Amino acid sequence: MTTITDTSKSSYLFSLTIRLADSALIASQRMSQWCGIAPTLEEDIALTNVALDLLGQARHLFSYAVDLDGCRKDEDQLAFLRDPHQYLNYTIAELPNGDFAQSCTKSFLFSTFSQCLWVSLLDGEDSTLRDIAAKSLKETDYHIEHFSRWFVRLGDGTDVSRQKILKSIDYLWPYTAEFFGNDRTLSNLEGLLHINTGKLQADWVNAIEDVFTEAGIDLPSDSDFMSTGKYGVHSEHLGHILAEMQYLQRSYPGGRW
Amino acid sequence: MKDNSLDVMEMPLFEVFIRSANGLEHRHVGSLHAADAEMAITNARDVYVRRNEGVSIWVVPSESITASDPADKEMLFEPMKDKIYRHPTFYNLPEGVQNI
Repeated sequence: MTTITDTSKSSYLFSLTIRLADSALIASQRMSQWCGIAPTLEEDIALTNVALDLLGQARHLFSYAVDLDGCRKDEDQLAFLRDPHQYLNYTIAELPNGDFAQSCTKSFLFSTFSQCLWVSLLDGEDSTLRDIAAKSLKETDYHIEHFSRWFVRLGDGTDVSRQKILKSIDYLWPYTAEFFGNDRTLSNLEGLLHINTGKLQADWVNAIEDVFTEAGIDLPSDSDFMSTGKYGVHSEHLGHILAEMQYLQRSYPGGRW
Repeated sequence: MKDNSLDVMEMPLFEVFIRSANGLEHRHVGSLHAADAEMAITNARDVYVRRNEGVSIWVVPSESITASDPADKEMLFEPMKDKIYRHPTFYNLPEGVQNI
């Protein structure tokens, strides 16, 4: 009986680790699409740095997932050789970049959520996730600084920039419900990680509220729509990302740099 | 509402100074465009210290810097060329004095 519980607990821990790894990986892949075409040289370098930070976080998480999984697959196989339904990233990570305002809004909403998650994981009893959280938190704090500044600058900027930010909120806000909605993985791990999604949501709203106010934008109301990426049911966009991302590994299996 | 054009190249220029380690002075490393000083700091962080080059960043609006006029170079710099006595090279040091 104990064994069964342990096994299911460790499979939930594996799912959560994969979810965090996939979210970082897919967000990184999306962000890297700005490389070479960002509005200014300075911003180009900044966005590429963020993409690399996220990729680093994904690598730590994938290598922990490999440990949890009993070494059936390696880090690269996990990252590059699964099918879309096996990816557990939050849907918001795979959404198209759109214009610069949309990318800033997306990264602002997602990095503030990541920050809340990392902070919660610091209090958990899983020491590896604690270490990864502590390291990632410093990077995430900077991502928030960068993107919240842009969110305010554009939201409180010209007519055009404000319209673009408002439009991006309309598009992205419904996908934030998935951060907190119906989470069997997190609730089964509550004994280990002490993460309560209600508290997580309150922390997140608290974190974004001031920035919305500073940008002169009202917080949207809760959405009825709930995306399902964390259960492996994705938007049509993930397949396109994977086709590009996995091309090399599938064409040259086992290929290494 | 302000003017509608958001031309990024119209953003002002900032000069960036980095201190590479505690105890050393800030050194000029280059310049970049940014909408405000806050953004200049984050841009400088991404452009100039991404390989761990520093522990402190200063940014200064380039327009705040007053530079000497190259046309004044004869007046400003040439007179110093023949005043070698301003270098402390004429002292005979006693033997055994170190670190000078």
